[in-house]
Amino acid sequence: MTLRPDHARIAEWIRPGAHVLDLGCGDGALLAHLQTERQVTGYGLEIDPDNVVQCLQAGVQVIQYDLNAGLSAFRDHTFDYVIMTQTLQAVSYPHRLLDDMLRIGKEGIVTFPNLGHWRCRLRLLAGRIPGVRAVPQPWYSSTSIHPCTVRDFEELCQQNRLRILHRTTVDHSHRTRAGMNILPNLLGEIAIYRLQRNIS
Amino acid sequence: MPEQLPADSVGLVEAERFHYGQPFKLCSGAVLPEFELACETYGQLRADRSNAILICHALSGNHHAAGYHSMADTKPGWWDNMIGPGKPIDTDHFHVVCPNNLGGCEGSSGPTSINPRTGQRYGPDFPLVTVPDWVASQALLADALGITRWAAVIGGSLGGMQALQWAIDLPDRIECAFVIAAAAYLSPQNIAFNEVARQAIRSDPDFHGGRYYEHGTTPKRGLMLARMLGHITYLSDDTLDQRFGRDLSHGHIRFGYDVEFEVESYLRHQGQSFVEHFDANSYLLMTRALDYFDPAAGGSLAQVLEQARARFHVLSFQSDWRFSPHRSHELVDALMEGGRKVSYVEVESTRGHDSFLTPIPQYHRVIRTVLQGIARNRR
Repeated sequence: MTLRPDHARIAEWIRPGAHVLDLGCGDGALLAHLQTERQVTGYGLEIDPDNVVQCLQAGVQVIQYDLNAGLSAFRDHTFDYVIMTQTLQAVSYPHRLLDDMLRIGKEGIVTFPNLGHWRCRLRLLAGRIPGVRAVPQPWYSSTSIHPCTVRDFEELCQQNRLRILHRTTVDHSHRTRAGMNILPNLLGEIAIYRLQRNIS
Repeated sequence: MPEQLPADSVGLVEAERFHYGQPFKLCSGAVLPEFELACETYGQLRADRSNAILICHALSGNHHAAGYHSMADTKPGWWDNMIGPGKPIDTDHFHVVCPNNLGGCEGSSGPTSINPRTGQRYGPDFPLVTVPDWVASQALLADALGITRWAAVIGGSLGGMQALQWAIDLPDRIECAFVIAAAAYLSPQNIAFNEVARQAIRSDPDFHGGRYYEHGTTPKRGLMLARMLGHITYLSDDTLDQRFGRDLSHGHIRFGYDVEFEVESYLRHQGQSFVEHFDANSYLLMTRALDYFDPAAGGSLAQVLEQARARFHVLSFQSDWRFSPHRSHELVDALMEGGRKVSYVEVESTRGHDSFLTPIPQYHRVIRTVLQGIARNRR
C-alpha cells in the first residue's frame, strides 16, 4: 500500500512505540503504517461502517464512534499523540475537539484543507463557493461544514493557548513547493500542524 | 423441514456429553458432586488444536447452535445463520464447540437432573451458578477436548458476558473475545425485568416452591408470563410496529379481554411454545446468574481488565434497549483506558436486542473479517 504523502510526513514525527489515537482514521492506512513502521499502539475512531471493516481487515483497532459526541470518555494525557487528518472541517465543534485532543494527548497532529489557498480566493472572486480540492463535494452536500484558513486556525490555536511546534503546507499532490513556507496561507493547499498545550 | 440440507449447513449433528466425575466447587461455596455438559461441535479440529472457537449461549439458548438433528426438524440450530461452511463463523476453517450451560434444562446438569445424593430431581436444590462457574466448567470441557487455548470465545447477550469473563479469568486460554449485545454488569432496570419474570414464576400456584416435578405440575402460566415480558425487551418498538401495528386478530373489536390485537396473539404464542421446552427452575437460575454478573464487583472495570490478554471485539445494535450501545461503550472505554486491544462496532439495526441472532449484513461482515484474519494467521 502506498502511503498518502501527508501520512508519510506525520509518520516521521511519531516516536517509535508511542500510544496513538487517530480521530477519523478512515480505512486505517495511517495507523496500519504506524503499527508496522513505528510499533505504535492505540486506536482509530471512525464513523463510517465500510471504513470500519477496512480497518479490521488492516488489523487496526477501530472504535466506531461519532466525533461530534466529544471525547469526554478519555482521561487526560492518555495518548502520546492524538492525530486528526482532514477531519477538523467536518466536525460540529472543531474548537472543542481541538481542546480535547490536547487534553487527552501530549501532542496533537492536525491536517486540514486550507481555504485561504489562492485558487479558493479566485473562485470566491468569481462568485462561487470555493471547492477545496481535497474535499470535492458540492456546497449543499459537502461534509466540510467548518472550513478554515491557515490564519484562522493559527488564531484559534492562540486563543486556546496551543503552541504550534511545527507547521508545514503541501499542495494537492502533497508536495511542499517553493514559496509555501513564506506564504503558507496563499500557496498551501493542505496544512499540517504539530501542536502542544502551552503550559506557561 | 428441509427436503435436503442446504450446502452451507453443518448438516446433521448430534449432541455429545461431557461427564465430569469429580466434585465441582461453585462461587456460592456449594459443591456439585459431579456434572454433565451437553455439547455440539462442528468443523474439524486441527492437529495442533489451534482453531477451536467456543460459542456461549444466551439466557434461553442451548448447545444446538447449528445444523439439524434430523430431516424432520422444522428449524436448524439457533445460530445457524452465523455458523457453517462459508458462513461468518466458518466451519471450513474452525472447530466450533457449543455447550449447554450448567444449570440449563436441555442436556446439561441442572434442576431437572437427578441429584445423585437423593436419587430425585434437584429442582430448587440445584445450587445457583454464576458466569464464572460457567467459564470454569467450560474450561474443564476444553481440557477434555485437548483445547488449551480458544482462537475465539464468541457470545451474544449473556453469552457475551461469558466471553468477557473468559478473558478475565483465563487470560492465557483465549486469543480473541467477541462480546456482542452485552454489558459489563446488569443495570437496575435489567435486574428489575428479571425480578418481575421470577415473581411471575414463583407466584404461580403450580410452582410449589420449585418442587413442581413431585407434584406432577409445571408453573406454565408463570413461565409463560416471564417469557412474554422478556420477549418484549428483546424486540424494539419499531419491530413490533412493523410486524403487527395495531392489527386486530378478528378484524373488529370484540369488547373483551381475550386476544384482540395481533401483538397479543404473538406474545402468547411465544410464551406458550417456550413453556413446552424450558424449565422454570432453570429460568430462575439463568436470570440470577445474569443479575450477579459484575466482574468488577462495583470497583474499577479497567483495573479488572488489566489482567486480560485477549483481543476484544465488542459489538452493539442501535435499537437494542435491553443492552444498549451505551452499555458497550462503558466496556470499550474501560478497555481503552487500560490500553487493551479492542475494536468496537455499532451495527445499524431496528430489531432490538434480538438483532444479534439475525443475519444483518454489516454484523456478519465484521465477524467474518475478524475471523478470516485469525484463520489467515493459522496457515
